[in-house]
Amino acid sequence: MNSLLRLAGTRLFYGIITLVVVSIVIFFAVELLPGDVAQQILGRDATPETLAALRERLGLNDPAILRYLSWLRGIVQGDLGASLVTGQPIGDLVIGRLGNTLFLAAFAAIVAIPLALFLGVMAALYRDTWFDRTINTVTLAAISLPEFFIAYILVLFFSIGFSFQMSGPLAVIAAFVLLALLRGILQARKTGETSGIQLVIAAVFLLILLNGYFRFLPLTTEPMRVLPSLSRMSEDTDFGERIFNSILPMLTLVLVTTAYTMRMTRANIVNILAAPYIEMATLKGVPPARIIFWHALPNAWAPIINVVALTLAYLITGVVVVEAVFVYPGLGQLLVDSVAKRDITMVQACCLIFAAAYVLLNMMADVFAIATNPRLLHPK
Amino acid sequence: MSDPIDTMVDQAPLPIDTETKLRRFWRLLKAAPLSVWFSLVVLACYAVLVVFAGVIAPFPETEIVAGSFLPASAEHPMGTDALGRDFLSRMIYAAQNTVLIAIVTTLISFTIGGFLGLLAATLGGWLDQGLGRAVDVLMAIPPLIFALLLLSIFGTSTLNLILIIALVDATRVFRMARAVAMGVVVMEYVEAALLRGEGLLWTVTREVLPNTIAPLMAEFGLRFCFVFLTISALSFLGLGIQPPAADWGTMVRENAALISFGEMTPLYPAAAIGLLTICVNFIVDWLLKISSGLKE
Repeated sequence: MNSLLRLAGTRLFYGIITLVVVSIVIFFAVELLPGDVAQQILGRDATPETLAALRERLGLNDPAILRYLSWLRGIVQGDLGASLVTGQPIGDLVIGRLGNTLFLAAFAAIVAIPLALFLGVMAALYRDTWFDRTINTVTLAAISLPEFFIAYILVLFFSIGFSFQMSGPLAVIAAFVLLALLRGILQARKTGETSGIQLVIAAVFLLILLNGYFRFLPLTTEPMRVLPSLSRMSEDTDFGERIFNSILPMLTLVLVTTAYTMRMTRANIVNILAAPYIEMATLKGVPPARIIFWHALPNAWAPIINVVALTLAYLITGVVVVEAVFVYPGLGQLLVDSVAKRDITMVQACCLIFAAAYVLLNMMADVFAIATNPRLLHPK
Repeated sequence: MSDPIDTMVDQAPLPIDTETKLRRFWRLLKAAPLSVWFSLVVLACYAVLVVFAGVIAPFPETEIVAGSFLPASAEHPMGTDALGRDFLSRMIYAAQNTVLIAIVTTLISFTIGGFLGLLAATLGGWLDQGLGRAVDVLMAIPPLIFALLLLSIFGTSTLNLILIIALVDATRVFRMARAVAMGVVVMEYVEAALLRGEGLLWTVTREVLPNTIAPLMAEFGLRFCFVFLTISALSFLGLGIQPPAADWGTMVRENAALISFGEMTPLYPAAAIGLLTICVNFIVDWLLKISSGLKE
């Protein structure tokens, strides 16, 4: 236990060093600009007097290293500086936004991680069956789709409702699923393990696909408007309404991250199931459930925790685009707005927060992985 | 009269070698699954669009040809956008803009990242350490966030976009190229080349590169997908390829308001992005499978 604490301490120390270096990169990237921030803000209107006055106000006359140190001191004391455009303190703006973003990311993680782990383990257990092949193709497709595409498809389905021209997009989705199923069926035919269920599913999707052209099924419904396509949220929005308003952004994030996490889980579990001691247990006649929970799982914890940390880290960048689609008042939205306005101090603060979360997650994954695997405590 | 042994050495092995390689590739391709064939056909269609955009598109890229937000008709198969430009023509020109920019960006990132990675693995020492630590730091910042930071500093223009994404992506390429090359440089033939006094550049390009080409090819596809999706995401956020140039991400953004009326057109460009990346992914998946020694 003692050595574990020492190790966690070392990792924390390395994490802080990384963060300091990252803050140096974020701060000094601005110094790469031809000219300086004052010239950027004033642009063509710059006269020597206004330039000098603005430089004085922003404190640009001090050497960069001094400005960096005072910036860093401010951050450590909880003062993120002032916005370059509005002059308001950044801390006040960021704190509420950060809360919203963490809420959304946590909401998505609570749904996505158990789902992905379950699907990943199932795909690994039933590997090379039609179930595995289909889910493999579907997740490969989900990874390839831009987040905003998935987001708008969800909006179409859940907040606008099926209308007559919806048969078209339904047909496109049906075509993707059908392709995935066909791949599974064709490969299963070779091994002679075609099952009735997949043919039924394939037939249903084929029907939807054909309906996109011939329009014989009455798939039209009244506009549903079940879920809001915009996430309006203020400080006095109560918890239930917050959940309701963020279901669609949450679902988008879940679909994107589940695909990643599931594939990584599957690969890790397949690796472990191929180990000689699992084969030994099978040959001894140990029941399958016991093999999984007593033999495989203890060794799977480290990779699984790693996968969870990667998912959370992915969620952090994923929120940027998803927040933009749903006009969700989070940190990502703030960052994008600030980039468009070229509010550099605001962008720096947001980037530092995102990077800090990223570094922290990776560090925690390291520590947890070592905590579950005593062998890693004693490197050769 | 030339020496017969010389002639044999100079000419004979080459054609046989390439022919067998081609044949082997054809044999693998014939056995490829349906998804790979489908992907190849789709990629060919995209290539035609990219090359002949100007010939295929019925209307010019940025010209206002009709009223705004017209529904689909015989003259405008996908209707018109907010300004009254033909949607289909803009879809076709966007293929050219988006795909070409993504390819150029990936090529730059591969040239920088790949070369430095191979160099770091071959030379080792302080160069390897220095580059490795620098890349560690850059990779501690999430890629999209880092790109946004640089865009806010340098401003949004297409050239800045290409250079920034190439830089962010080069860190990943460096890691991968270095890891792959590390496995090759310990081989005897590299040591032999260095010992017999070959130059460093010769060794890297003639001994290390050919033996790392297969994983590099697959990686190129994956990096292209990443670059393509990042550029599309940035364009969707209004920070990537700037109007009036047609681009799929921007087109989704510009016409997104139509979705709340149950209209499909804004999703066509998004689907075009998705279809291209899916197909590249299918092919990469297959390439990785056959290059890892036909484990089926």
